[in-house]
Amino acid sequence: MVEAKIHIDKVSYAYGENWVLNDVTLDIAPNSVTVFFGPAGGGKTTLLRLINRLNDLVEGTQMKGRILVDGQDIYNSEIHIPTLRRRVGMVFALPLPLPGTVRENVLYGLKLAGVKDRSRLDEILEQSLTQSALWDEVKDRLDHLAVALSGGQQQRLCIARSLALEPDILLLDEPTSGLDPISTRKVEDSLFTLKEHYTVIIVPHSIQQAARIADKAAFFLMGNLVEYAAGTELFTRPRKKKTEEYVTGRFG
Amino acid sequence: MFAQKQAQAAHADWREFVIEALIRVLGFSTIGFVLLIFLFLLREGVPSFYKVPVSNLFGTRWYPNFDLFGTLPLLLGSVLVTVTAILIALPLGAATAVFVREVAPNWAREILKPMIEVLAGIPSVVLGFFGMHAVAPLIRGTLGIPTGLTVFTGALILAYMALPTIISVAEDALDAVPKSLRDAGLAMGATQWQTIWKVVVPAARSGITTAVMLGMGRAIGETMAVMMVTGNAARMPLSLDSLFRPARTMTATIAAEMGEVAQGSIHYHTLFGIGIILFLLTFLINLAAAATIFKKRRRGGLR
Ligand SMILES: Nc1ncnc2c1ncn2[C@@H]1O[C@H](COP(=O)(O)OP(=O)(O)O)[C@@H](O)[C@H]1O
Ligand SMILES: [Mg+2]
Repeated sequence: MVEAKIHIDKVSYAYGENWVLNDVTLDIAPNSVTVFFGPAGGGKTTLLRLINRLNDLVEGTQMKGRILVDGQDIYNSEIHIPTLRRRVGMVFALPLPLPGTVRENVLYGLKLAGVKDRSRLDEILEQSLTQSALWDEVKDRLDHLAVALSGGQQQRLCIARSLALEPDILLLDEPTSGLDPISTRKVEDSLFTLKEHYTVIIVPHSIQQAARIADKAAFFLMGNLVEYAAGTELFTRPRKKKTEEYVTGRFG
Repeated sequence: MFAQKQAQAAHADWREFVIEALIRVLGFSTIGFVLLIFLFLLREGVPSFYKVPVSNLFGTRWYPNFDLFGTLPLLLGSVLVTVTAILIALPLGAATAVFVREVAPNWAREILKPMIEVLAGIPSVVLGFFGMHAVAPLIRGTLGIPTGLTVFTGALILAYMALPTIISVAEDALDAVPKSLRDAGLAMGATQWQTIWKVVVPAARSGITTAVMLGMGRAIGETMAVMMVTGNAARMPLSLDSLFRPARTMTATIAAEMGEVAQGSIHYHTLFGIGIILFLLTFLINLAAAATIFKKRRRGGLR
């Protein structure tokens, strides 16, 4: 087996005294799409946010266990957090363009990172918008305000914004929950091309979506990792009873 | 059965009607009072605009005893004090709002917010007293000028008075910026400061503008503290050092002279005339504030 890109090692996590992840261990393979699914409140979002340390600013939390990215403990005090977050991109459920134009949105992270070279910026702009399947729709509107785009376009813009930083890992938290089926399709299609270059973890917004895109799938229930297996297996022949009930729609 | 329900419904309708009528009367009477005040102001003030020649009324000298009613020094005095106050209060207020909302840990926020609200409740005469006896001597001493009662002293006190308004409105504006927008900034490798200055503050910009304009509206109408600390010399504040010399504002003039003036005299009408100018000025500022809010709403805000 290839070396794990992300190694989540006995992670438990609490907001205050409310433990929302219990002793979760799983390895995530590089250049694959891994799906975290399960009923709301299972801790999926929390786990994603732990992988790029986005929960650092939340007060009163407790964490046990380790998370390794490329074999490196990301909660080690020597980790430079902005650099980590550039390597681990994240896209959120509600597409929220930053104030400013389409171009500014995509290049925002690069500008912060100090990239100034115009031709390089233009190149990345086109490349990341192409990868997120948005280029054709916005190439004539690069200097228009991003809020003027449709919901589906805004979400693909948010994906492009993360891709522009050329991360290794892309975390997507229900990226299509607010989108119509056609936009959803476009975002999913872009995911297939993405996995050639990136390690993708996605919380899908439906089981159907999970089954469509998963290389591997992890089922979370109340903070516990119930089952983790290849997508083809988990959605057709789940081993645990809870998984089967959820996958066949008997609860959740 | 049916009839009974009908009767009940009619009863409910009737109660509804009374409550609605009551609310309407109360609402209209408030608007009515405002209108009455405005009409009174017009009735008493408008005569000054035709009884005093324009060249006199907008002249540079205010000596009512010699029939010189030049309101320009008063207008400029108010503007200078207010603008200086805003220049002091804007960075302080915005920075404090950012600190309270974005940086301070929860427990500090719990302490700071009520404290800022208490600041808003300090009577202006107390601030004036503080300005006269603490700030003014300090300014006179450090700058070596003849009197510490200057435009700058007034502006300091006014800035202090406008701060609570600016802070709490700006803080609300920052609060309205969705958490996920902050997350988006951080997730792209921005530091906390970069996220605040390049994502959160720009997203809250129109709210912060509103905050400043509301603070300004409060400052320009303020009387007591300003009268106590600006020195009240009705001179044209045109030279560079005007900031550190006495001046007189419109509000202070009205407050100081209204008590002694003969009712119905030209001086009396002119004081009301100043009131009208002041009213228009405040009205315009509030209008501008409302316009920015409106514009933001229409654009769907930044969510
Ligand atoms: N910032 C927070 N503060 C306190 N509790 C939280 C916070 N975020 C999430 N939780 C709690 O953690 C649990 C897991 O939430 P989450 O990770 O969002 O699950 P999921 O994404 O699977 O729905 C929920 O019970 C939720 O109420
Ligand atoms: Mg979630």
